[in-house]
Amino acid sequence: MKINDVILKTVSQAGVLIILTFGVYLFLSGHNQPGGGFIGGLVLATAFVLMFLTFDSETVNKAIPFDFKKISALGVLLAFSSSALPMFFGQPFMSQTFGYFDLPIFGKTELATVTLFESGVALTVIGVVVNIITSISEDE
Amino acid sequence: MHLLIFAILFPFLAAALIPLIHRRLGPLNIGWLVLAVPFILFGIFAWQIPGISSGDTIAATLHWIPSLGINFSIYLDGLSLILALLITGMGTLVILYSIYYLSPTDSLPHFYAYLLLFMGAMLGVVLSDNLLVLYVFWELTSISSFLLIAFWFHRKNSRYGAQKSLLITVFGGFGMLAGFLMLHTMTGTFSVREIVSTIGQYSDHGLFYPAMFLVLLGAFTKSAQFPFHIWLPDAMEAPTPVSAYLHSATMVKAGIYLVARFTPVFGGTSAWFWTVTLVGLVTLFWGSFCAVRQTDLKALLAYSTVSQLGLIMSLFGMGSAALHFGDGEAGAVYGLATFAALFHLVNHSTFKGALFMVVGIVDHQVGTRDIRRLGGLMAFLPITFTFAVIGSFSMAGLPLFNGFLSKEMFFTASLNAAGLPAFSAETWGWLIPVIAWTASVLTFVYCMIIVFRTFFGKHQPKKLDKKPVEPPFGMLVSPAILSILIVGVFFVPNLLGDHLLRPALNGVLPGITGAAPHISAWHGFNTELWMTIGIIVVGFLLYKYLRIWKKVYAIIPEGWTFNALYNKFLESLEENSNRLTSKYMTGYLPHYFAYIFGFFILAAGGTLLLTGALSIDFSTDTPIPSYEVILAVVMAIAAIAILFVKSRLTSVLLNGVLGYSIAIFFVLFRAPDLALTQLVIETVTTALFLLCFYFLPEWKPEAASKNLKIRNAVIAVAGGLTVTLIALSVRAGNLYDSISSYYENAYELAGGKNIVNAILGDFRGFDTMLETLVLFIAGIGVYTLIRIKGGKETRKNED
Repeated sequence: MKINDVILKTVSQAGVLIILTFGVYLFLSGHNQPGGGFIGGLVLATAFVLMFLTFDSETVNKAIPFDFKKISALGVLLAFSSSALPMFFGQPFMSQTFGYFDLPIFGKTELATVTLFESGVALTVIGVVVNIITSISEDE
Repeated sequence: MHLLIFAILFPFLAAALIPLIHRRLGPLNIGWLVLAVPFILFGIFAWQIPGISSGDTIAATLHWIPSLGINFSIYLDGLSLILALLITGMGTLVILYSIYYLSPTDSLPHFYAYLLLFMGAMLGVVLSDNLLVLYVFWELTSISSFLLIAFWFHRKNSRYGAQKSLLITVFGGFGMLAGFLMLHTMTGTFSVREIVSTIGQYSDHGLFYPAMFLVLLGAFTKSAQFPFHIWLPDAMEAPTPVSAYLHSATMVKAGIYLVARFTPVFGGTSAWFWTVTLVGLVTLFWGSFCAVRQTDLKALLAYSTVSQLGLIMSLFGMGSAALHFGDGEAGAVYGLATFAALFHLVNHSTFKGALFMVVGIVDHQVGTRDIRRLGGLMAFLPITFTFAVIGSFSMAGLPLFNGFLSKEMFFTASLNAAGLPAFSAETWGWLIPVIAWTASVLTFVYCMIIVFRTFFGKHQPKKLDKKPVEPPFGMLVSPAILSILIVGVFFVPNLLGDHLLRPALNGVLPGITGAAPHISAWHGFNTELWMTIGIIVVGFLLYKYLRIWKKVYAIIPEGWTFNALYNKFLESLEENSNRLTSKYMTGYLPHYFAYIFGFFILAAGGTLLLTGALSIDFSTDTPIPSYEVILAVVMAIAAIAILFVKSRLTSVLLNGVLGYSIAIFFVLFRAPDLALTQLVIETVTTALFLLCFYFLPEWKPEAASKNLKIRNAVIAVAGGLTVTLIALSVRAGNLYDSISSYYENAYELAGGKNIVNAILGDFRGFDTMLETLVLFIAGIGVYTLIRIKGGKETRKNED
């Protein structure tokens, strides 16, 4: 589906950046505020979908040379392996933990293992959504 | 991490690395790297021999789902150690052999990844103490076996054989799972060790015998026991290294391992004794009977494997009688059978492994394994011939080879069992040595066929594709090592007996002492020796006059085999399920919606009415502000309007109005997470709809009859009503205690202020994890449906 629309292209270029930033923000803030892995991943996916809608897939594939199928597989792998990790520290499957650390610049920061799991969720969502939409749109 | 847990995970890790590294290797065959895995593991297990043989056992546990009693518990005793050494030892030899056997055009990374997957799964089976973990690994061996049999998937027979083995072994596996659950219901634990120590008080439990038969079903299907043996000959479509490894030395021994492992649980009962012994003996006889008529060397070996597995199985059955008598003289006498079983288990792996490799060499160097085209190869393949003689004569039970020792012990055990003063063996016990002897004669006959039809007689160069020459040196190393073992064990059998078999015996027959004998090749002119001499004489005569008595095989009509039954069953299953499915799968979307909503109305609405949960109380509700009313009216208008619009685009937009209004409701009710998700989902769905419409034909208003419209309207209204009623009665009907108080401590328990995410990622993380998997599968499903069409790839396959 090729669309040649200058306004759309120009707006998208700025919009994609904003959406991507927003997606990352949502992902990171999910621990204490609205957001999280699923919604963060979904917002990031919409940014990619907007790119595919605005520009043709060849251009986009050149700009972001990821195979989104592999990204979704990586996400599932991350979600499962991060869940299995606690077993090797004598804890049951899927145990999560958190701690407060003093980091330079950030100050006192909370780091939680659930972030690893959530990034798995986010990657799966991005991979699957983009993969489904591109598969359908590129069907001959 | 405990060394043994690492031992199980190591093959899986290695398999995961293969796709990452195989492209960087250049001309180096990836098999050389893979070879290191079983070799290291063999070292690890061999290192445990001194400890285990002095009576120690090793246990380690990783907590998995402790709340359900499912833990990754590892337990290494003598029995597990024997199997672990076989898996890793044979694994090393087979991988070495396969490096030369497979051609570089085969997809080697796949082959070795599957093989490592199998190795890890098999180690998991023999080392797990937890039944459910054992079950998972058990099914994983079936799956990896399926993948390996279908390795040359462009052949029709490979796919048929793979499907058959999967269907039969997974069928048995399900039965076994049910048996395990029954054991859990009885004893309240999944740990094999705990079950063994407490089962004594449950032998009168109603589930005791069902559990026993279901566990046996799993063992019999896996170990190709009669009548489930039919999958093994078809599994021979796999590359020969796979046949040598999975389908003779290791995987088919998993069922035997299971019987051995559960002997302390069920052994000592009459049912266990007779079922295991008789199934084993029938398999022993039928396997050897069918083997004689085969013309394909690999099919012959397949039936001979079936037969030998039956032999080992029957020995475990006879040995279980020892538990009936308990520790003492009688226990020691009957326990000998179990010792013989363990001994033959090891011996069978050595000689059958060697024979498979020999057949593989013949096939590889000559281009056929059909004995009608072979003959006179001794002059061309003298080294291979030597290995063939050593392997076959050992299998036939001739002296100078390890098979002789365990075969004699088998006769001793069967003679003992004939005089068993329990389980009403007085009437039919004499059948045991008779069947044993008859089957051994047939075994002798097919062993002679392997050696003499292939390597003696007239060489027929016109019938062969290639001129026979000895294979490369590397291909001969593995059978050479096995041949040395075959002869070596004959001369120093007690090295094996004292260090491996005796500790294993304690695992199978706990508390029975003195059953392990001092193995000696010569015990004077006793009945067993006369039986062997009789086998040689009668077997030789039968081999000589094979042509004359072969007509016996024509007695059984074609359509009366278990294979025909299996094929017929599969065919009618496919036909009937097709007929049933096509009755309701009309391809018409409104029908499917009618099923879904109809079921929902009946199930959810029915539950609501029957449980008396329906109670609506408006008295405690907060007053509804006017803007919420406006929003609700907008939604209602949009929903009704969708029914009457004449274009797809408008209906999608109206659908969007509904979605965004719901998001606004979420905002009003202070659920920002839900609102955000709803907004983004709505956006993505609209984009998806628009994309799909691009490909759809022009929209035509459908001409539905009035009755149909009324029916659809009833379903729609009833569906909406059900949801509304459920929503209204949610607050009133408290059938269960609320669990929400647990989540209120999210900040202390999970360190997160966002309770929604604490639930999703932590408290109910298991749901989220599996949802991720479902999402991924859905994505791959869409991709394959749209992208992968019958192209060049499929055309190469035989139909």
